[in-house]
Order: sequence, then C-alpha cells, then structure tokens
Amino acid sequence: MQQSLKDSGGIGSWLATNLGRLLVSIIVPAITFVVLWQGFIFLRDSQSPQLIIVLVAILWGVGGVAVLFAVSNWFVERLPSEWVHRLQPFVFVGPGVAILCWFLAIPVVRTLILSFQGPAGTGFVGVDNYIYAFTDRIMLETFRNNLLWMIFGTFFCVGLGLIIAVLADRSRYESIYKAIIFMPMAISFVGAGVIWKFIYSYKGEGSGISEIGLLNAIVLALGGTSQPWLAQPPWNNFLLMIIMVWLQTGFAMVIISSAIKGIPAELLEAARIDGATEFQLFFGIIIPTIQGTLLTVSTTIIIFSLKLFDIVRVMTGGNNGTNVIANEFYLERFTYGNAGRASAIAIILLIAVVPVMIYNLRQFRESRAF
Amino acid sequence: MNKSTRSYKGQKALSNFFVNLTLIIICVIWLVPTLGIFITSFRNSEDIFKTGWWTVFPHKAFIKTGEINIDPAVDVNGPITIEGVTHTFEEWRAGVVMPDGSQMTWYGNKRTRLVETQALKWQWFETTLSLDNYKNVLTGKEIHFKDGSGQEITRKGNDLSSAFLNSIAVAVPATVIPILIACFAAYGFAWMNFPGRKLLFTMVVALLVVPLQIALVPILQDYTRLNLNGTFLAVWLAHTGFGLPLAIYLLFNYINQLPRDILESAFIDGASHFTIFTNLILPLSFPALASFAIFQFLWVWNDYLVALVFLGDKNRVITSALAALVGEKGQDWHLLTSGAFISMLLPLAVFFALQRYFVRGLLAGSVKG
Repeated sequence: MQQSLKDSGGIGSWLATNLGRLLVSIIVPAITFVVLWQGFIFLRDSQSPQLIIVLVAILWGVGGVAVLFAVSNWFVERLPSEWVHRLQPFVFVGPGVAILCWFLAIPVVRTLILSFQGPAGTGFVGVDNYIYAFTDRIMLETFRNNLLWMIFGTFFCVGLGLIIAVLADRSRYESIYKAIIFMPMAISFVGAGVIWKFIYSYKGEGSGISEIGLLNAIVLALGGTSQPWLAQPPWNNFLLMIIMVWLQTGFAMVIISSAIKGIPAELLEAARIDGATEFQLFFGIIIPTIQGTLLTVSTTIIIFSLKLFDIVRVMTGGNNGTNVIANEFYLERFTYGNAGRASAIAIILLIAVVPVMIYNLRQFRESRAF
Repeated sequence: MNKSTRSYKGQKALSNFFVNLTLIIICVIWLVPTLGIFITSFRNSEDIFKTGWWTVFPHKAFIKTGEINIDPAVDVNGPITIEGVTHTFEEWRAGVVMPDGSQMTWYGNKRTRLVETQALKWQWFETTLSLDNYKNVLTGKEIHFKDGSGQEITRKGNDLSSAFLNSIAVAVPATVIPILIACFAAYGFAWMNFPGRKLLFTMVVALLVVPLQIALVPILQDYTRLNLNGTFLAVWLAHTGFGLPLAIYLLFNYINQLPRDILESAFIDGASHFTIFTNLILPLSFPALASFAIFQFLWVWNDYLVALVFLGDKNRVITSALAALVGEKGQDWHLLTSGAFISMLLPLAVFFALQRYFVRGLLAGSVKG
C-alpha cells in the first residue's frame, strides 16, 4: 500500500488505485459466484448427453472448490497485513470446520431433539421413541443380531487375520497370499452380496433341477439335501457374517501383519534358542506384544459391525430374523416415515460408540500434538 | 552335529510345507466366490440356469447318447420296466444308472414317453463363453435372453453403463473435494495460530467415530429445504462431511511432522501461507494424499447408503443399480454376475495399482467412523 502511495504521488490517483482495488475485490468474487451458480443450474436442468454432464460435474465440483479457496485467499490477502494474519487461518480451516459442523456436529444435537418428537418431526412425545426402541420385538431382535455380529463377526475376522498374518510371515510368497486375502476389501458390500447370494442360491427339490449355488451343490455332493439357506434363522445370520469375514479379514490381517513385523527378530530368536516351541512363541511373545494392535483392530471391526447395513439390506432385507439396527433405522425413516423413531435409533448407535470416542480423545490429549 | 542340523532343516522344510499348504487352501477359499461370478458372467444364460459354473472345468458327466421311445401300451403310473430294469416314473425322471454304467433319464413329463440314454464321459472345456451378459446388463434398452428351458425372455435392461458414469461423477469429486478441504484445514491446524485451534481439532477427533446415521435425518431435511435432493452436489457434500474427520486427522498427522525449517525459510523468502501451501506442502504430502485418496475413492465408490438416501433413483450410482437389479431380477444370474463384476472393475484396478498407498493409509488411521 505504501509502495503504491509513493509511486502515484497525488491524492486523486491514490483514491483511484484504491477504488480500482476495491472494485476488483468485489468483481472477482462476484464473477466466481456467477460462474459457479451457472454451473449448478446447468447440472440441475441440463438435458445434454450424460457423458458431458458427468465431465462438467467433475470439473465444476473439483474446480469450484479450488477456485473458492483461491479467491477467498486472494481476497483476504488484499487486506491490511494484521487482518491477513487474523483472517487467513479461517480461510484455511473455515470450510472444513463449517462442513464438519453442518454434517456431523450439529446433526448430533438436531437428531437428539428429533428423537423426542413424533413421526413427522413435530410434537413432543417424550421418551416414547426410546421406550419403543428398547421394548419392541423387532428392535430387540436387531439388538441380538448386532450383538452376534459384533462378537462372532469380529472374533472370526481378527482370529483369521491373526492366523493368516502369522503364517504368511513365515512364507516366501507372503505378498501374494496377502494380496489375495486383502482383495475383497476393494469390493462393495452390494457386490459381495451378489457374490455370496449366488453361493447360497437355492432352487429347491424337484426333477431335472440341478443346484447352481455352490453351497447347495457341495451339500448335495456330500449326500445331504439342498436348503434355502438364507431363510433359516438363526443360522442365516452366521451365513451373512461369513460375507463380512470374507471382506474384512484382509483389513485385520494387514494391520496385524505390520505389527508382527515390528516385533524384534532377536526376541524371537532368543526364545527359540531357549527351546520355546512355536506355540509358546505365539502365545508367549507374539500375542502379548501386539495386543494393542489387536485391540485397535477389534474396536474398528466392532464399530463397523454396529453400523452394518448394506449386506443385510441386499441379502435378506432384514427378513427371516436377520434384521440389524442400521437397517431398522433405514426402514423407520424411509419405509415407515417415522423420523422420530429413526432418530432415537441413530442416537442409540451414537451412544454405543461413545466409549471409543472418549478413548480417542484421551489418546489425543496424551499425544500432545498441540 | 551334522545329522541334527539336517533334521532341523528337514523339520523346517516340513513346517514350511504345511504353512504354505494352509495358506494356499485359505487363498483358494477366498478366491472361489469371485471366480464363480467371474466365470458365470461369461456363460450363456441358458447354461447358467441349468448347471453350476464349475461345470466349465473338465469333469465327468452323463452326456446324451440316444433316445428310447416308450411303448404307448406301458402304464406310466405304475412301475416302468426299461431294458430289464424296473423303477417308478419319479425314479426314472431323476435318472437311473443301468447295470452297464450308462444312465437312463425320462425326459419331460409322463406324456412325452421319451427316455434319454446317457453315458458317463469326460467333458472338457465345451461351454461357450461370450460377452452377451455384459452387453445386456450395460444397456438400458430391451434385452433378450434364454431361460433354463430355452425359452426366449424379453426384459428392460438396467442401464448399468449410465450408473457407471454416475458413479464416476460422484466418486471423483467426492474424493478430491474432501482432500482439498482437509489439506487446507490440516495445514491451518498444524502451522497457523488462531483462537479456538485446539478446541476445533478436539472436535475433529471426537467426530472420527460418529456413525453417519446420526446425520441422515437432519441433513435430508436441509436438502429438501434447499431442493438439493438427487443432485450430485448433495452427495459430494455428504461424502465430504462424512470423510472429513478422518481426512483432516490423517493429513494433520502427516503435515505436522514435516520439518519446521521449510516453513521458516520460506517465510523469510517472503512467501505467503498460500504459496507455501500450494508449492511446498501439497507436493510434499503426496504420499499421505494418495493414501487417503484411495481410501476415500473406494469408500465412495462402494458406498450404498449415502447414495440411496441422497440420490435415490435419480442419477442412480452403480451400487444402487446393482442392488435394484438384485431386487428386480434376483434369479437372473447372468445379469447379476456381470453387473457385480462391472461394479468391481474400477475399485479392483485402483486397488491393485495403488495397493502400497492403500495399506499405508489403513495403517495410519484404522478408526474410521
């Protein structure tokens, strides 16, 4: 600013440059806004070929955010330097914090309020929704099923992951085995649902019909009779769990494997020289050393099983005794249109993860990152 | 001494053998489900309805060698004798193995009076494979295929090609936008000073495990009010919101441990925060950005719930389209398998190409909410 004052000399031209600056400062954001708004209108109303819409959408979405950051920063840097210092952090942090508040922090409060209200979000009903959630037969069934998922699903994921990690650690072809076990992580739950529905598929008894589902074909080959597997409670829950185990064991394995690699080789060698068997090594050294990792992995998978939705939705729709909390949430909100009950269920899900939240916060405070 | 070393080695080789055997068995079990739909997706619809996918591999099967017409005088309601062997109609229809090792099977219902003679023969790779199923599932026009009895069926296609494009339109911005916003925020938290810095970051940590169900009801209200339901913007924002805590947390951890001298020397050279960010921090954080990008991309591409709630049937993405296919045509395995494979194509490619970064991202933050 001083620079420009020195160069221009006269008060008139000083005013002119600053007015010019002011104008530019207004015009640039205004143009940005208009361009982005036009993009939004185009995307909403356009009848162009889909490929063009997709390309415009990507450009508009990605470019728009980048331009918004650049323009708001450009705008702030025009200000006197003390204001730059004061405001620039908010240019950087602001959008992130604003979106977090809109999409996660404030909804916690809003959902809590909704959970005390009636179906359409009007009228205070007290704790009725919670009474429903804890007494209704279907809700109790979802609690039981989620508990099964959290216990058995997690146990098999972590157990298998641990076994595979330990075994693979001793093989020359470790990376191949691990890639294969890990591969399902890239597959969607819906896709995995189709894959396993095919395995469990059932045609029924009758002549001229051969089972095309692998499970029934195996059962028939072993001399049994084919079954409509997914319609038989309570075992269908476990058949659904197999899908999660198939998908998530890779995750457990990768994290456990990296923890095992962190165990000092000398420690294991020393124990071997002392005559420890492989089993003693496993239970005496490996498990105790990586128990922190096992806890983290288990927690992640437990939280995951708590929110499980897609698998049940695609495989059974929650019928035949396979319903879970997240699916009941979806049904309440979108099939029965009861926002109050759905909110109460969401709050129950939130309360279930509060211990983990507190643990994370404590860890964060201890890490002294600030 | 020598002997004991040898036996130690022998023991080691044996245990190695069992380790590899166990792992190979597990890996085969892990691969078979995917292999099953992969093979099925290339088979003719007629074959899929009739036989399991494993029959494409060489196996012994009864193959038709001839036909016998049953004399109209024979009573089909009582026991039927064919070539000296007597069984009921039901048994004949299920197939009877004759003393010479061949099989006789009644064809169709009682009125056909037709019995096929079949011999057990090795069958090699005789199934015809084609891309027809993929063509049928990708198009939105009318499709024709044959069912198990050879009857031609006409249906409306499920237009997975347009769902695929929509998925790209959702997944690319929903990956880049949160990364950009998170990267700015992480830089701000790590290297800038402002009031409320610690409190705001504590909020980020607290939100790490919040289930997204908590947000669906209120956000849907907002979107209805803003008339945003069914737009790409709505899903991008939602995925950004749900992905941000982990993104900010991971990128903060990374940017925070970059050497401080870089920043200080850049400041002395007169660079602004913005130039430091774009010219120094973004390139330096590439590994962390890549890790999170893969994570978020797979998450968004594979997501079903968020797309279902905010996009609905308008601009349907691939997971929703596939789930709808399961609902509408649950027994049409030729469409389901090829559809499932199309939905897996891109994530699998990304995954195998960038596995290293993905694993690193997983290790850095295994607490996604």
